[in-house]
Formats: sequence, C-alpha cells, structure tokens
Amino acid sequence: MESAVKERNPRSEKRRGATAEEMAARQKDVSVSEFFVKNRHLLGFDNARKALLTTVKEAVDNALDACEEAGILPDLAVVIEDLDPRRPATAKSSRYRVTVIDNGPGIVRKQVENIFGRLLYGSKFHRLKMSRGQQGIGISAAGMNGLITTGKPMVIHTKPNAKERAHHIELAMNTKSNRAEVTLDKETKDFPPERFRALSAGTRQLAQEGVFLSAESFATGTSVSIELEGKYQRGRGSVDEFLELTAIANPHARIVFVPPSRVAQDDADDLLPGTSAAVAQDVRSDAPAQTSETGGVVVFPRGVNELPPETKEIQPHPKGIELGILLQMLKDYQAKNKSGTLYDFLQEDFCRVSATTAAKFCKTIGVTSRTKVSDIEPPQAELLFKAFGEEKLAPPPTDCLAPIGVRQMLAGMLKGVKAEFYAASTREAEVYRGRPFQIEAAIAFGGDLPGDQASRVIRFANRVPLLFQQSACSSFKAVTETPWKNYAMQQPRASLPVGPLVVMIHMASVWVPFTSESKEAIADYDEIRKEMRLALMECGRKLGVYLRKRQKMRREGERRDVFERYIGEIAKALHAITGTEAKALYDALLEQARAKTAVADQELDEDGRVKRQQEADSDDEGVIIIDSAIAPVEVAAPIEAPQFETHKSAAPSRTRATPPAIKTRKDLDARATTKSASPASPPPKPRSKPLDRDDPRLF
Amino acid sequence: MAKKNEKAPAESPQSSKGPSGAAGRVKERDAKTQKKIEALAQNLVKRTLSGREPIVEIPLRTKSNTNWNKKSGILEMGGAIAERPLFDLKSAKQFMQTTLHASTIRDLIDAQKTSSLRGVYYKAKHTVAGTKENTFDNQEESDPILEDLEVTLGSTREELHVFAENRGAMVGNITIIDRGDEINCRRMGSGGYSMPSIVEPDIIEFRKCEAKFVLHVEKGTVWARFNEDRFWEKHNCILTHGGGQAARGCRRLLQRLNQELGLPVICLLDNDPYGHYIYSVIKHGSISLAFESSRLAIPQAKYLGIRAKDFRQCGLDDAVKIDLTDNDIKRAGEIAAYPWFESHKGWQKEIGALLTNGFKMEVESLITKDISYVTEVYVPERLKAKDWLE
Repeated sequence: MESAVKERNPRSEKRRGATAEEMAARQKDVSVSEFFVKNRHLLGFDNARKALLTTVKEAVDNALDACEEAGILPDLAVVIEDLDPRRPATAKSSRYRVTVIDNGPGIVRKQVENIFGRLLYGSKFHRLKMSRGQQGIGISAAGMNGLITTGKPMVIHTKPNAKERAHHIELAMNTKSNRAEVTLDKETKDFPPERFRALSAGTRQLAQEGVFLSAESFATGTSVSIELEGKYQRGRGSVDEFLELTAIANPHARIVFVPPSRVAQDDADDLLPGTSAAVAQDVRSDAPAQTSETGGVVVFPRGVNELPPETKEIQPHPKGIELGILLQMLKDYQAKNKSGTLYDFLQEDFCRVSATTAAKFCKTIGVTSRTKVSDIEPPQAELLFKAFGEEKLAPPPTDCLAPIGVRQMLAGMLKGVKAEFYAASTREAEVYRGRPFQIEAAIAFGGDLPGDQASRVIRFANRVPLLFQQSACSSFKAVTETPWKNYAMQQPRASLPVGPLVVMIHMASVWVPFTSESKEAIADYDEIRKEMRLALMECGRKLGVYLRKRQKMRREGERRDVFERYIGEIAKALHAITGTEAKALYDALLEQARAKTAVADQELDEDGRVKRQQEADSDDEGVIIIDSAIAPVEVAAPIEAPQFETHKSAAPSRTRATPPAIKTRKDLDARATTKSASPASPPPKPRSKPLDRDDPRLF
Repeated sequence: MAKKNEKAPAESPQSSKGPSGAAGRVKERDAKTQKKIEALAQNLVKRTLSGREPIVEIPLRTKSNTNWNKKSGILEMGGAIAERPLFDLKSAKQFMQTTLHASTIRDLIDAQKTSSLRGVYYKAKHTVAGTKENTFDNQEESDPILEDLEVTLGSTREELHVFAENRGAMVGNITIIDRGDEINCRRMGSGGYSMPSIVEPDIIEFRKCEAKFVLHVEKGTVWARFNEDRFWEKHNCILTHGGGQAARGCRRLLQRLNQELGLPVICLLDNDPYGHYIYSVIKHGSISLAFESSRLAIPQAKYLGIRAKDFRQCGLDDAVKIDLTDNDIKRAGEIAAYPWFESHKGWQKEIGALLTNGFKMEVESLITKDISYVTEVYVPERLKAKDWLE
C-alpha cells in the first residue's frame, strides 16, 4: 500500500472543472484504516461472525508457526470472552475479547510493534518457505479490526526468555503512519496471564490438574488479546470448526479452547455432523469439563509427539517467476552487489541453475559470463525471461515441504472424526509454475457420520483449514472429479459423493495459490488438481477394498442368516415325521451351518475364488479400521431358535442361538487393526456396542 | 389291509390327532407312502446327526432327463438326480419347504383326508420362527415342491392325498362308480360329468359301457356342441374335453378307458401348434410329468382334426383364417422336431402344411359351414374314412 501521491504538472491549462492545483489539494495519503475499512472483505472481516473467526485464525496460525520454527511442540490456549453477556437475545453482534496464548519462543521487545502493529510486515512474504502465513497481513489486520470496531488496543504479553520477566505491551495502531503506538509498556511476572485460569469452572478444574496454562509448559511464549465486535456461533465456518480442523491437520499441537459463555441464539444447534460428538468425547476422556453448552472447555489433545520436519527456504525457480519479479530481483541484486555479474546472479538467486546453465543463459541473451547485472538492459532481461521458459530445468527441490504425513493425518482424523475406516495418502512432491507443492488426502468413512448427505470436504493449505468458498476451491473440484462410484460409494453426476464420508485434502507448498487474500480457496491449477485427484484415488481404492470386504462379510452374514433361519423349521418337520428330538437336530444343523459359513469366510473372495492370506494385508498401509460395524454383523440378530414344544424341560435360554464364536481371519482383521499406521495416541476406542439389526447404518 | 392306527402313536405323536375308528383305517397303500416319507426323513436325520450335510435327492424333471421310449411310445424320465442340499443359498429354502411338505403329507395321510394343492400350500404356510419371512410366499412355490416329492418318493399325487381342481367333462354310453356313487354318464344334462383329478380305480370304477370309442375334444364349447347334438348317442361313444391342455385326471381317465375297456381315443383339436402339442401330451406324455407317463400316456390316441387340408377340403371361408404368429411358427418347428413326430411322415406333412398355409384354424371354424357341420358331417365322415393321424 504505497501512498498514491502524484505530482501533477502545474503547467496544465485551466479547463472545465478543477484545476490541477485544486486536484492536487485533494490528493493525499490513503489512510491505512480507510483502506482497511474499504477492503476488509478481502482480509476476511466481512461480517461479525467471520471477523471473530479470522481473528482467532490469524492468531492461531502465527502461534503455531512461531512454535514450530522454534522447535517447540505447540501448546495453545484459545479463549473467547464475552464482554457483553447481558445483551438482548436479538443483538446481531457482541463484544468479544479473543486471546490466544502459545508456548512459543516469544518476541523480542523491539520487534513487538513491527509484528503486531504494521500491515504487510512479516518474515514470510519475502521468502519461499512453507509456512502458514504468507503476506504478514494477518495478525495486524486483526488488531486493526479490533481497534476500528472497539477502539481498544491490542494487548500483548510476551516472554522471550524463560528466566526474565514478560513484557506487557498495549498497542494501538496509528492508522495514518501505518505504525504502532505503544500505549502501555511494562514488565510483568504474569505469564501466562493468571486471570484466564479462573475464567470458568472448566478452566479452574483444568488449571488445578495442571493441564491449562501451567507455568512449566509456558516457560516462554506469547499471549495476544484483541477486543472486537463479533458474533460467536457454532456450525459451519465457526471458530469451533476451525479449531477442530486445525487439530486434525496439526496433530502435534495441543489446543485448549475456552468458548464464550453464551452462544448466539440462532442456529446454535447447527453442529457439525459427526464431529461434535468427537469433541465431546475428547472432553470427557481428556479433561473432565462441562458440556460445551454451558461454556465447557474443549481440549484437543496432542495426537503425535513430534514436530513436523523443519522446512528449508528455497530460492525461486526460474520457471516460477514473472518478468516484473525478475526485473526487481536484478535491481535488488545490483543494490546488494554493485559489480555482481549476471552469471553469479543466476546461480545465487535461483534454484536449479548450475554454472553450465547460467553460462547458457548468458550466451542465449548475447552477453558474456562477465557481464555485470548493472549492464543488463530491460530488453535483455526480457530475453532472459523468455529463455527461462524455454530452457529445460530440473524441478525445484522439494525438501522445502513438510507434508503432514500419513501417520499424522490418520492420528488427526482419528482424533477429530468418529468413523470406522480411515485411510490417508501422501503424494510425491510436484511442481506448478516453478513452485513445489505436495498433496495429501485422507478419508474417514462410516461410524457416526451421517450416511444420507453429501460428503464433507475439509481442506487445508499448509496445515491451515480453509473454511469458505468450498466450491471455488481446486480441492472441491478434485473431489467431484474422483470416480467414487468405483470405490463402492454413491456419487451423483459431477458432485460430491454421498455417504458417511469425510474427505480431507491438504496442500503443502512454499506458495499456495489462493484465489483471494482472505485465503479461502486454492486456485485451480491443473497440476494441483491432478495431484489431488490422484491422492484421493489412492484413498478411494483403499476404501473400495474395505467396503467390498464389508459387503462380502455382509453377504456371508446373510448366508449364515439364511441357513440359521430355516433349520428351526427343518428340525421341527423332521421331528414330526421321525420323532427324532428336534433340539438335537437343530443343534446338529446349527453346527453344520456355522462350519459351512466359516469355511466360506476363509476360502472365498468376492469372486468366489480362494483368497490368499497376504493379499488383504498388502494394501493396508495408511489404513485404520475401527472395530465397529463389521464385528457386530457376525452376531447380528441371532435367529431365535424355536421353542420346541416337545422339550419343555429345556430352559428357554439354552435353546436360544448363541452368537457364533467363529474366529475367522476376517473377524480378526476387523479388530482395531492399526497396522503400520498406528498413531501414538490416543488409541482408537473400540466401540463394542452391537448395532441393531434394523440400523440403517448397517449397509 | 393292516390296521395302522394302533401302531402310529409310537412312531409319531402327530398320528394321535388322527381320527380313530372306521374312518381312520389306513390303507396298505397309505402305509407304503408313509414308509417312504419316513425313509426320506430318516435319511436326512441320519445325515444330520452324523455331521454330514443333509441333501434331498430329487429325480430331475428336465428335458435332458427325459427319454423317448420308441418301443412303448411314451416319454420316460431318465435316471439323473438333482441334489438339493440345505447349505446352499439357492436351495436352502426349497429344502426347508420339501421337509415341510413331507410332514404335511404325512399328516394328511394320517388324518385320512385329501387336500387340494392350495390346501396343502396353506397348511404348510406360516411365518418362519423369529423372522418375518413366510415358509411359502405363494402357491407357485408350493406346487413344484409337491411334484418334487412325488418323484422323490415315487408316489403319485393321489397317493399323497393331494388333488387338483376338477377339469374337463365327460358324457357318453357308460356308467361309473365314483366313491361309491353310481353315475350314469348318459344322463348328465348339458354340463356333463366333471372329471376329478384323482380317478384311480379305488375312486372310480367302470361299470356298464356300450361305447365303442372316446371322442376327446379340446374345449368345453366344442364339447357342448357335440353334447347338444347327442353325438355320443348317435355314434355310441364317450365324449370328453380337457378344457385346453388336458389335466392329469382327464388324461388318466382317458388312459383307463383306453387300456381297461379297449376304447380307441380319438382327438378333435384345433389346427395349430397348441392343438398338436395337446395331442402329443395325451399320446406320449410330457416332460414335467414324464415320471407319470406310464399312467397317463395313450400311445394309440388318434388325431382326427382339424387338419391343415380342411380349409380347402371343406371349402371354408377366408374369414376363419387366423394368422400364425412368430411364436406359433417357432413352436411348430419345435414340435416337428420331437422324436416321435420327426420320424412320422404324416406329421411332418401336416405341420409342413400348417406352415405353408400360414394360418391356423379352430374347431369352431367349421361353424361357418353350418352350426352342426362338425357333428353331422365332418366327424362322421372322417371316422368313416378312418382319416386321422396316429
């Protein structure tokens, strides 16, 4: 946002209307706040609800980035305080204070103003490195939004040194100068800020157990509080969903969420399918907190105990830049190194340009390897740019990417989505426009997920959940293009598959091509969409194998069912003719029926061919199957043995068919097998509840 | 005849429900049938208790298992057997139904009652314990199971105490005893004697018979024409119809008249493949009832008409023509290929003529000449000339 002051030629003649002087008088600096107010939708502050979300999102993204860069396992507390709890029920919005506390490295005192007080100031924009934030708009824009809507400054506690006191700084942005003004600056012992522990019954209890803002976990760290006009509401696009998804994509992070005491009245019940239950479960298992309705604290536990690998910064790839950027780079290099040669510039400032290639480029545009950068004329730069496009170059290095990883994705999904089948896959890194990227996908199927709706797609870019503009996103298109019908799913033409399915797509890249500055949808590059589709197909194939196996087991179940259904009648009829004891006949027939079906279970695959033991296991990498719907099929609806009139002495309980005790290979398979991809924690909770015979979820 | 009633309770508690006294007398034949049913069930019990899969073995009632016995002139069932195992998804239910029907039949015999096919279906129909499924969904499921039992046990339907609906009628110069009642077939009015499905000698006995032959017509309407014209009186015969494809009772009665009384059976059927087929079944038997052929087939039966040549010979009007359908043409080809027709020049010519004509004719078409043309001219002339196909 450079100021748009332009000198106009004072010689301009007097024409109708304003003179140049008059016009010049009106031309002035655009104030940052004015710009902000006019463009807040670009930054994700279009409405009260979204403003609250964006504020949380920017603070959380920053916190996670900081922790990871410092090599600290993130431990986050997200607190939303309702500052106007007695507002009327009809109020469209309310005042909230959002506080995000991390256990990151803290911020040195002199950087505080720059980080939180300036738009477009950051460490991330100028380099090609995989990170959550990119432009450095985020947190300062959130602070600006708070300042504009409430007039309150941003409150920052930061403790960069475990042995020293923390800084307590309050910042108000000077919207004219695009600089922060410090309204309070003192040192304090109060880190992490004490008052949050006493916020509610839930936080008090957690704090007592030492799992909420304990001094040991938060030896260093930063706490940011922003007051803003917002609206807290659950459901799609809510803070809850954002945190839940963040937890899925960042299983190495522990997040504690203290929601406001009051939820906006309307659609408070619009809970996310299949996930709210999981949240409740987490609360119950990890921290004895109240239900979320009464302001219970939500804890997203840590799923894995290792940080994602540190990502390297890379130089731009010649194929990944525009002409303008090339010119700028030439200028920058010249400023840095007055007598630098083009030959050196090419090798130093780009990746994948070797000495040979650099010499070749020099020759192509008709200069020598000694030619200085300062002697390069714009036409020559243009030739060079053209040469970049024509030259065959190795793709950029991909060690700059840190995918979530199959194991971690499974751990995250397991934690956040209550399903019975999970599969994940990570593709090899690829390149679009000279920028490396990597696509990952995971799916969760069945369990408590609703079966009659379009599948839910959860999207991530560099581990950040994307909550809006789903249909504009490349990943959404990739999901609809994936042939789900091949994987035993229903899929209406060119739309999302229908069924109890959650699809997760993650794009890791040094530069994620968003469709807009609010970073809500990934631009639709063919290379990206293709990779997404391939990743989904990998997961889909695993799902198909599972579903077909399940279908087959169902058929076997039916088969057993058919036999067991009729043998009672047969026993009775044979008894009537021969006088042989019906019970003895029934038992003998039952035994045969079970032996028969057990043999069938073992020997035949779905085509009726004998199946080898290894086959099933070979494809099981990246798959978790929870012992659930499958196992109960084995015992589902045991046919009640008829009460044989002639043997009244037999106790009724003895004549009931006992659930078959057959242990087939598939039976064993279906027990929570976590194979190579078992997550460190939490272990999958086997659900032993046998499903009803009429349960519609049973196939 | 052994009195089985005292012995029965020891075998099965069910028999105690049976009536006692004179009505409860079990005939020797019934005892034999009961033994067969018990043997079938005992075999299944034995297999079950010894851990082997229970299987019902049923002689196959298919074309491939039907042989043409040229010497005796009837269709006979071959020796092929179909296994009906319990533990097969395709046959599990049928297996259950077979045992149910076996038990039902046993009860019927014990009670000394007969039941209609539909009655048996209802008797065995109930909800399978613990499910919402019925043992039988409809009679179409039940009837074939009974036929299976017939062939498996080697017992006739009447031996199983099962009967079908009456079908077909009879008048003529004969007196019969039906379950002890004397029936004078000369005094049957316009309706005739309704032919029951069970016409075995223990039910129907022949008494006084002056008739010299049997004229069997296809349908009741034609039969009514002959009866109204007192054809049987004028030509001293017995007049029957089978209501289309002759049922087992009708065929059995015709066969008994033919074999026991030596009466030739002469058929007057439509000139179409269906008429030819009816004749073929009366004469040689059918595939599905090949096991009964020896009791049903009348190898000496004659085909009097209608003949393909009759259109020209009798000078019939174009209006009587009914175009052959594609299916008729196909069917005619199949019938022409039957081994007993294939080697029969007369029949090859007849079917060839039908196809050359390209149309079929019903018996009623002769009415275009005169209402009683068929009874007064057509049949008498042909009989006199012995102009028939054999």
